[in-house]
Amino acid sequence: MTRRVVLTGLGVVSALGVGAARNFEALREGRCGIGPIQRINSDKLSIKIAAEALDFDGAELFTRSEIALRDRVTQMAIVAAREAVQQSGYALTDKEALRAGVVIGCSMGGIHTMDDSFREVYANDKQRVHPFTVPRNMPNAPASHLSMEFGLKGPAWTVTTACASSNHALGQAFQMIRSGMADTALAGGAESGLTFGVLKAWEGLRVMSRDGCRPFAKSRNGMVQGEGSAIFVLETLERAKARGATILGELIGFGMTADAHDVVQPSQDGAERAMAAALIDAGVTAEDVDYINAHGTATAANDKTETAAIRNVFGAHADKLAVSATKSMHGHCIGAAGSIELMATIYALGQGVVPPTINYDEPDPDCDLDYTPNEARERPMSVAISNSFAFGGLNAVLAARKWTGA
Amino acid sequence: MKFTDEEIERKVIDIVAEQTMVDNKTVTISSTPEELGIDSLGLVEIVFAIEENFDVSVPFNANDPSTSDFDISSVGSVVAAVKKLIAEQHGG
Repeated sequence: MTRRVVLTGLGVVSALGVGAARNFEALREGRCGIGPIQRINSDKLSIKIAAEALDFDGAELFTRSEIALRDRVTQMAIVAAREAVQQSGYALTDKEALRAGVVIGCSMGGIHTMDDSFREVYANDKQRVHPFTVPRNMPNAPASHLSMEFGLKGPAWTVTTACASSNHALGQAFQMIRSGMADTALAGGAESGLTFGVLKAWEGLRVMSRDGCRPFAKSRNGMVQGEGSAIFVLETLERAKARGATILGELIGFGMTADAHDVVQPSQDGAERAMAAALIDAGVTAEDVDYINAHGTATAANDKTETAAIRNVFGAHADKLAVSATKSMHGHCIGAAGSIELMATIYALGQGVVPPTINYDEPDPDCDLDYTPNEARERPMSVAISNSFAFGGLNAVLAARKWTGA
Repeated sequence: MKFTDEEIERKVIDIVAEQTMVDNKTVTISSTPEELGIDSLGLVEIVFAIEENFDVSVPFNANDPSTSDFDISSVGSVVAAVKKLIAEQHGG
């Protein structure tokens, strides 16, 4: 018997706000979370914009001793997970806790901690760093803290595949529950890498925009970094129904591929195979799909390649798809990108509202799909996919279906 | 830092030669990135080396090199652009 996997809880922290409701509102309004960098001194940065989660202040939410062991990335994951758990009414018996997992995508770990610690010893001539630098920094810290906070004792781990980390994490959690390895899980992603050192590293690659994120527009000139976390409660349909949980949507498929091509240049073939694999896994045809939350980074190469890949996979149906790149609003949240974009996808399916691609000012002949420019659009939808294509050529695509009660 | 025009030209050629792993005698002022087989990552490394060597900040965006205010169509155009940047950023 194939077990069906549903989402019964969602929590979010992003530049669009703290809480799913705030984020939904922003997606509907087409609000932009990108602005001048405020949380760190940007004098020596040449890229001075980012999508900072300015409404998120860990100092207000955690005690001093809690912060001593929790980097900002872990704090965000915990706050998102608390919201998801509360919404879902995710109460586990001792026996259920043994079969409850945690799978979190995270690319950089507690990089604020590392940045601050290294500055002390390299630049400030200090002899030592904070004693908890290692446990704060480890990329599995968010997953570990979620397992501890909620007493989840089943399979728990972190996935790190750059920009595809949280799609891989959600996909693996989905497979784990579908296959019977666990019955419930917290899954999603967390990333908070808007530090001086990390932004310098991104500047070096010369793929960042100085003036805004304009996916699929002819004027696009690069990506804009973001931060945040989205965490979902996943469980079997059977369990959700038995306890009368509110079902937000169903995960129905997962496809992952490697380009085996180039470490930074995207590959159309790898993207196509990942989308096709997700459709096959979901047991749907291309014509069943209504919406694609695109990877849409606003780099010259990605958006053109992704468009061509969508055209090849979907054929004539490509012109009937609603597509959007919500990174235009919440920025590129790297290891958390897939989780925040699944949030947008579930919102789209659940509310029948396609979130827009904002800042779309000029069509590009190489990008000729319906990207839902600038304004959200009402449209009844049943099936959607969400794309993540990582540096390193690692691709992960999730497929979801609107929950209609059957 | 002061550089003569000759020093700038020689240094840019050395940087390009090192990046493309060819003898610096095969790199001329009229060589183009295509001729030398320089890809986008190669360009990014060359820009980095120029910034480090001449203590300038180069306005180069790998997304769309043609719209960057830094002409990379040939070694000569890069040399000219570096001279301009040095003049602008270090007062000549």
